[in-house]
Amino acid sequence: MADLTTNFIGITSPNPFWLASAPPTDKEYNVRRAFEAGWGGVVWKTLGEAGPPVVNVNGPRYGAIYGADRRLLGLNNIELITDRPLEVNLEEMKRVKRDWPDRTLIASLMVPVNEDAWREILHRVEDTGCDGVELNFGCPHGMSERGMGSAVGQVPEYVGQVAHWCKKHSSLPVIVKLTPNITDIRKPALAAKEGGADAVSLINTINSITSVDLDSFSPEPSIDGKGAHGGYCGPAVKPIALNMVAEIARDPATRGLPISGIGGVTTWRDAAEFMALGAGNVQVCTAAMTYGFRIVQEMISGLSQYIDDKGFASVDQLVGRAVPNVVNWQDLNLNYVAKARISQDDCIKCGRCYAACEDTSHQAIAMSPDRVFTVKDDECVACNLCVNVCPVEGCITMEPMAAGAVDPRTGEVVRREYANWTTHPNNPGRCAAE
Amino acid sequence: MSDNALTPGIVAGRLDPQHLAENFTDLHPALDDHEALVAADRCYFCHDAPCITACPTDIDIPLFIRQIATGTPEAAARTILSQNILGGMCARVCPTETLCEEACVREAAEGKPVLIGRLQRYATDTLIAQGVHPFTRAAPTGRRIAVVGAGPAGLACAHRLAMHGHDVTLYDGRAKPGGLNEFGIAAYKSTDSFAAREVDWLMQIGGITLETGKRLGREVSLAGLREDFDAVFLGIGLGGVNALGLNGEDREGMRDAVDFIADLRQAGDLARLPIGRDVVVIGGGMTAVDAAVQARLLGALNVSLVYRRGRDRMNASRYEQDLATSKGVRIITNATPIAVHGNGAVREVEFEYTDDDLNPTGQRFRLAADQVFKAIGQTLEGAELPDLEGRKIAVTGAGRTSLPGVWAGGDCAAGGDDLTVTAVAQGRDAAEDIHASLTGRAS
Repeated sequence: MADLTTNFIGITSPNPFWLASAPPTDKEYNVRRAFEAGWGGVVWKTLGEAGPPVVNVNGPRYGAIYGADRRLLGLNNIELITDRPLEVNLEEMKRVKRDWPDRTLIASLMVPVNEDAWREILHRVEDTGCDGVELNFGCPHGMSERGMGSAVGQVPEYVGQVAHWCKKHSSLPVIVKLTPNITDIRKPALAAKEGGADAVSLINTINSITSVDLDSFSPEPSIDGKGAHGGYCGPAVKPIALNMVAEIARDPATRGLPISGIGGVTTWRDAAEFMALGAGNVQVCTAAMTYGFRIVQEMISGLSQYIDDKGFASVDQLVGRAVPNVVNWQDLNLNYVAKARISQDDCIKCGRCYAACEDTSHQAIAMSPDRVFTVKDDECVACNLCVNVCPVEGCITMEPMAAGAVDPRTGEVVRREYANWTTHPNNPGRCAAE
Repeated sequence: MSDNALTPGIVAGRLDPQHLAENFTDLHPALDDHEALVAADRCYFCHDAPCITACPTDIDIPLFIRQIATGTPEAAARTILSQNILGGMCARVCPTETLCEEACVREAAEGKPVLIGRLQRYATDTLIAQGVHPFTRAAPTGRRIAVVGAGPAGLACAHRLAMHGHDVTLYDGRAKPGGLNEFGIAAYKSTDSFAAREVDWLMQIGGITLETGKRLGREVSLAGLREDFDAVFLGIGLGGVNALGLNGEDREGMRDAVDFIADLRQAGDLARLPIGRDVVVIGGGMTAVDAAVQARLLGALNVSLVYRRGRDRMNASRYEQDLATSKGVRIITNATPIAVHGNGAVREVEFEYTDDDLNPTGQRFRLAADQVFKAIGQTLEGAELPDLEGRKIAVTGAGRTSLPGVWAGGDCAAGGDDLTVTAVAQGRDAAEDIHASLTGRAS
């Protein structure tokens, strides 16, 4: 079994699976259970300033959306940062780190945007023996109304400023946690980098209303008939998170900035995808909240098997492997031609491909009276919708056409050479092909 | 073991009341809300779905399942009932394993179809339990139609005609309406008087006058009905029972399976219903299986179901055959009865093995029997009927018979399987044709 030891910005963990700063990491009891279950690290629930702690609502904090069989696909929360006294958290962190020296313990921090506040909290957490700090510039609910959390993350100048203060007042590695509730994720990432941060972590949760009660007309979760937007997480947000991670990983200005990937990581595959797109490790929350801490065992065994199967020497060889393949649309090869193929052996004759193609796409699937479904190559644009709606994995595939063959849809010969939009004759702004 | 378990002969109380109650509870318990959602989630919402094609009443199954999945079982029930007004009973008695569920693409994919029948029951039970009748009667047309037979075909026909505003008089020879829903069908498929409750619910449409105890050819005549009404629909089923044609067929203990099933369905107290210790059922259809299984459930010690051809030729589905064997019924195939032995009462039935073409093999055996149920098919009874095709009423189109103004459907009419759901489809379609004829829109 592959060794999953990970070195992330100088912090060594036995595996790349950390629990994200969130409800599961709010107490010593939970964190000990997490380490016993095998998690490589924990980002402690966000600490605020000393003094009277924040308070939480006393009604429901979470809302959810479901897939088939009530599988939880998305979770929304309106919980604030830790509502326990700072001193209690610090003492617990110290004890846990003392007993689990090989595991990573990160302190997540959120205090008002002034240098004294940050200096003060940094000095207090250093005493716990934690391995680093994560600056919570992401929480989109509650704390943002008080000028913290995503209110900071949405202003790159603030992000850079606070990162700078933290590096100035502490020797601990600094990770800046980014909010996705912004137009261009690369801007705060660059600000963090320029402020001296060692890494960014993303994504924090997305502004969301999960549902509306159609009797009371209250958004969910409903507190006495009213609802506030919450932060959305879980499997549903993974595609958004993957894109944002890739944007930072491939932009020349931020390339090489270490990334801790967060957003819907539920299985080892999700983790591997984040890492292939440039994340040095991953953080998990919703999956643990849904299934409990033991899921990390599947993540460890699955990633180990994959690393072994691929013949990688370590997880480092996976990190960033897909980044060169993330390009702009204009760089895609327009000479690549594929056609859908339906395996008649695998087809169960549900006709969903036909309905999707006939009603909403290119009328490229034929249906015989005895329910045999075949692709009309002269109509198929290889859009992939039939593959996506087919309930049988692998039944419909996209098969590339060989160079030299004639595409029956266009009547043109499929060309071997690469050609993209920048040189396409229909592009009014094309550059001359040299 | 109760005192009567081993008693020879035909006696009551072979099982204690608790055991009997357990045996005759719902074969498939109703799905609860959560189970229904889980089951509904498995539907793929197929294009031109094979399950719809397989349903004799063309219920839009993917639509009603989607309506269940989205929390509107009442809307699902309307989808079902608009095609099949007896959707509640059909959900219980349809051999779904050879209809919609056999066609389900998940049966092809995984060998586990979507539970269409049980989802249909979930939807229809929800609406019927609310006492809601989702259809309203059109303005009265003044047209009067006689529907003869208050079984599935007649009920479906009467309801559809009433919905169109016609006045229907619904005749039935028995004291209660429902036909085979009430008097046939295994008890564990229609518990809690569902057949009667469903008829009451159906009659809420209004415009239907029920006349029980009126048999065609006795209290009413077809000629008289044609005289008095604008149209007549015959849904009289098959009132006669085929005979074995053997010596000793009238011995004590020999019964028609349909009578046994009817007695059982009407019994107030199953503990008082007599059953043999050694029961032999002759036949290979649903009636044979229903009789054999219920004989076991009443406490018969040995029940053999004997069919003259092979298993694959039995009219009872494989599912029903497996149900029978799971209840302890022994199925013997390729054996034809040749004699009924006994001294007054039946003691043994003698069979001869036959090949698949029913040729005798010369090999014989005897089964001990103190009770024998004959289930070798039913026949059409009645005089002055329209022309027959074979042994049933000949029909063309939507149930038109050789007599002008007379339609027929259900088991008495030629064509289609003898299933509740087929009868409903034929009754419904005949009603539409009658309506079109009477309103001058006939095609």
